[in-house]
Amino acid sequence: MTQTADLIVIGGGIHGSSTALYAALRGMSVIVIEKDTVARHASGVNAGGVRRLGRHLAEVPLSQHSMEIWYGLQDMLGADCGFQIAPQIKVAETEEELDRHRERVQTLNRMGFYHETILDQAQVRHYLPAVADHVVGGLASLRDGFAQPFWTTTSIARKAAQEGVVFKEGERVLGLKRETDWTVTTDQGTYQATKVLNAAGAWAGALAGSLGEYAPVEAIAPMMIVTARLPKFCDAVVGATGRPLSFKQMPNGTVVIGGGRRGRADTATNKSEMLFPELRNTAATAMDIFPIMRGATIVRSWSGVEGRMPDDIPVLGASAKHEGLYHSFGFSAHGFQMGPGTGEMMAGLIATGATQFDLSAFAIDRFTAE
Amino acid sequence: MTQLSPMQPTKVDVAVIGAGPAGMAAAVTASKAGLSVALLDEGQSLGGQIYRNIEHGTPFRDGILGPDYVAGRSLAESLRASDVTYLPRTSVWNISTDNMLDLSRDGSSSQLIADKIIVATGAVERPSPMPGWTLAGVTTVGALQILLKASGVVQEDAVLVGSGPLMWLVAAQMISAGTPPKAIVETTPKGRMAQAMPHILKALKGHRYLTKGLSMMRQVRGAGVPIYNAATDIRINGHEIAESVTFVSKGKEHTIRSSHIALHQGVVPNQQVTRLLRCDHKWDASQHCFRPVLDGQGKTSVPDVYVAGDGAGIGGAKSAALMGRLVALAIAQEKGKAAPERVYRLQAALASDGAVRPFLEAMYAPAPQFVKPAKETIVCRCEEVTAGAIEDAVDLGAPGPNQVKSFLRSGMGPCQGRVCGLVVSSIIAERRKASMDETGYYRIRPPLKPIPLSELANFQPLEVAQK
Ligand SMILES: Cc1cc2nc3c(=O)[nH]c(=O)nc-3n(C[C@H](O)[C@H](O)[C@H](O)COP(=O)(O)OP(=O)(O)OC[C@H]3O[C@@H](n4cnc5c(N)ncnc54)[C@H](O)[C@@H]3O)c2cc1C
Ligand SMILES: Cc1cc2nc3c(=O)[nH]c(=O)nc-3n(C[C@H](O)[C@H](O)[C@H](O)COP(=O)(O)OP(=O)(O)OC[C@H]3O[C@@H](n4cnc5c(N)ncnc54)[C@H](O)[C@@H]3O)c2cc1C
Repeated sequence: MTQTADLIVIGGGIHGSSTALYAALRGMSVIVIEKDTVARHASGVNAGGVRRLGRHLAEVPLSQHSMEIWYGLQDMLGADCGFQIAPQIKVAETEEELDRHRERVQTLNRMGFYHETILDQAQVRHYLPAVADHVVGGLASLRDGFAQPFWTTTSIARKAAQEGVVFKEGERVLGLKRETDWTVTTDQGTYQATKVLNAAGAWAGALAGSLGEYAPVEAIAPMMIVTARLPKFCDAVVGATGRPLSFKQMPNGTVVIGGGRRGRADTATNKSEMLFPELRNTAATAMDIFPIMRGATIVRSWSGVEGRMPDDIPVLGASAKHEGLYHSFGFSAHGFQMGPGTGEMMAGLIATGATQFDLSAFAIDRFTAE
Repeated sequence: MTQLSPMQPTKVDVAVIGAGPAGMAAAVTASKAGLSVALLDEGQSLGGQIYRNIEHGTPFRDGILGPDYVAGRSLAESLRASDVTYLPRTSVWNISTDNMLDLSRDGSSSQLIADKIIVATGAVERPSPMPGWTLAGVTTVGALQILLKASGVVQEDAVLVGSGPLMWLVAAQMISAGTPPKAIVETTPKGRMAQAMPHILKALKGHRYLTKGLSMMRQVRGAGVPIYNAATDIRINGHEIAESVTFVSKGKEHTIRSSHIALHQGVVPNQQVTRLLRCDHKWDASQHCFRPVLDGQGKTSVPDVYVAGDGAGIGGAKSAALMGRLVALAIAQEKGKAAPERVYRLQAALASDGAVRPFLEAMYAPAPQFVKPAKETIVCRCEEVTAGAIEDAVDLGAPGPNQVKSFLRSGMGPCQGRVCGLVVSSIIAERRKASMDETGYYRIRPPLKPIPLSELANFQPLEVAQK
């Protein structure tokens, strides 16, 4: 028997789940089809950074919109997402790096955004008492934060289910085609809907490709390492400017370190794998910026499969080829923070055909097959 | 002849992880067949658990540990006489899918690439969760024995709480050393003998083991050590430090004062490496543990990966060495080398050595208290997660250990689930009324052993060109 809905969402990550939730709140009937389980991939295993700081300029408005939702998210969901407001700081190790940050703040101000500010050397020490002496300043977004990704994504999905969204877990979309409506074929049945959202993360490029839309999604495996507990020394989420680093001490004292380097990801097997030699420089950077880390011990690591676009910003918006088809994927290792805001925006676009956000930088047809 | 501190090779035909009986035997056999072999062990010296410190024995220590211990010396000698490169103090903390081993040796990390990998990482003690087991002064019977073997130190006034052959062995060894345990609190439930009896005829084929077992028990009784049978409702009392243990035996509550309580519920395969490599595992209802799925010659579901010894399922030291040889032969054959001995002989010897196992397994299966601990009992010691919290997470919809981990952080601490893994799976299985195979086990992630951040910064990987 074929089931029908107004909207079928492919992918139960934070993007598929948020869009489903907001579409349901707009009165649409929604089915989410997820080949594994909700939050099984990037959305459940990311580093939890809720970060506006340092984003690509095209992402700033949406990221800002998302942040406003984040502040009230736990109340809206009636659930603990482990969300905490905390400063995000990118430390500058040279005057030249600090100058670049100054220019960025001016650019953002001209666009009408004021969340990023310059910290001088004394201010950086105020927020990061343990920071190394050579750090000259930094760029900060003081009301960013972090959350528990698995709790967040499953809570969004649970709320969506309460609002009537049907989740089909363990069911894989094999293909779709459009006559008057879309017919979606899975390994267990068929579905019909007037609208379909491709929110399939690292797997989304293949789906788009099967419909004649070229989207060069690369499956990447961001790597995170975790240390044994250390005495509390850092409340902020910290990055570096000239070299890749993401650094955060958790409430329980462990320190989570990531940044830049990648392991191995395989979309066919769902697996990702650590490549520790790639983390040599990350480890050195962490010790350079926080000398206390010279005594730290790594007890755990993890990675996950994530979709990355060549220009490191996602594909968002309506299909360039097919009516009723929408894309939201390729968040390039920073899509967790974007989840709630992008979901809200996409639901509006799908329901009404319009949005106040300028999506031109995210259009799928910015890529052309060679 | 192996040097004391050999050069580390970068590429070998066979990497053997673990220098216990299985690993030593596998390494020697593979080397005899003409393969290049590296034998890696995080310990200071050859021997593994049973033959720990075997090359540094004194007549006094040999006397305490007994002839089954001394028997390991010839294996160590044959290893020393071979062309095997033995790397002590070398822990394997990660293996990637291209057979690249990440090693930590004397505080620095490097890599080794191997055509074939033999996992001979042995067994670990089954966890004995009970109220108070996280207090200082509570240890395991195996840990007491490690101290005895490594440095000849015997803990005074220790109370042994648990069951199984190893507990009796260690008690006998403590008595021989002149420091008997203060008491033995035996947890084998009543009626186990009746359950084990159907296996007795088969077990009689391995009568040497039965005789040895009985004589150890006699020795312990003869030494006047108080023994409490079929103990239940066990808890350890104290604030931060253990002060006493309380339990019920023969309908009566007892409390024994001691700040050294050693627990033991038998041993189970150490799954860390085979789980890291995502080998298929299956629940063994007789041994009450997961074991890697193997073909007749120790080959796992993952290409190039083999398991020998107690890591494949508990069989003891003799079987471990036999299986080590068998696995090495399988690899030799695969690599087109002539086998230095006959496969069928080894298989027959293995069958005969294993005859006693079903009897022991039925007799010493873990008591219910340890399979399904009371709600308030801490199960994951690193993150202090209770049995009740795990049940609640299951009720909230977590279907397996990895989802429970995402909810509660159980298994995320420094031990990486080595201690609590089996109990967490069994609590979830009980709660969901699901089988252990359906429930599964923690996904194990590297590093298998904690690695200093500074060591990672100085990691010396193999150049891609050397592959
Ligand atoms: C280790 C790591 C750390 C990160 N750290 C951060 C961070 O700190 N801050 C931040 O903002 N972002 C971070 N990210 C990035 C962020 O997690 C992702 O950008 C975001 O979760 C992407 O969400 P998604 O819903 O698009 O994708 P996913 O979560 O991957 O969801 C897509 C889903 O689609 C399903 N699917 C695919 N194909 C099909 C099909 N054919 N049929 C049915 N279902 C299908 C998949 O199973 C998957 O569950 C990190 C990512 C990783 C891996
Ligand atoms: C604590 C303990 C004490 C025991 N004592 C006895 C006893 O006295 N008598 C008896 O008959 N049986 C004893 N046993 C049972 C024992 O398992 C077998 O008798 C026998 O030792 C199994 O041999 P094996 O070669 O399979 O493994 P083992 O002898 O256990 O050898 C495994 C080796 O692998 C090494 N290893 C593990 N992981 C890594 C890694 N990641 N990197 C590098 N090296 C690694 C370990 O250091 C160890 O030396 C004991 C078991 C335990 C757990």
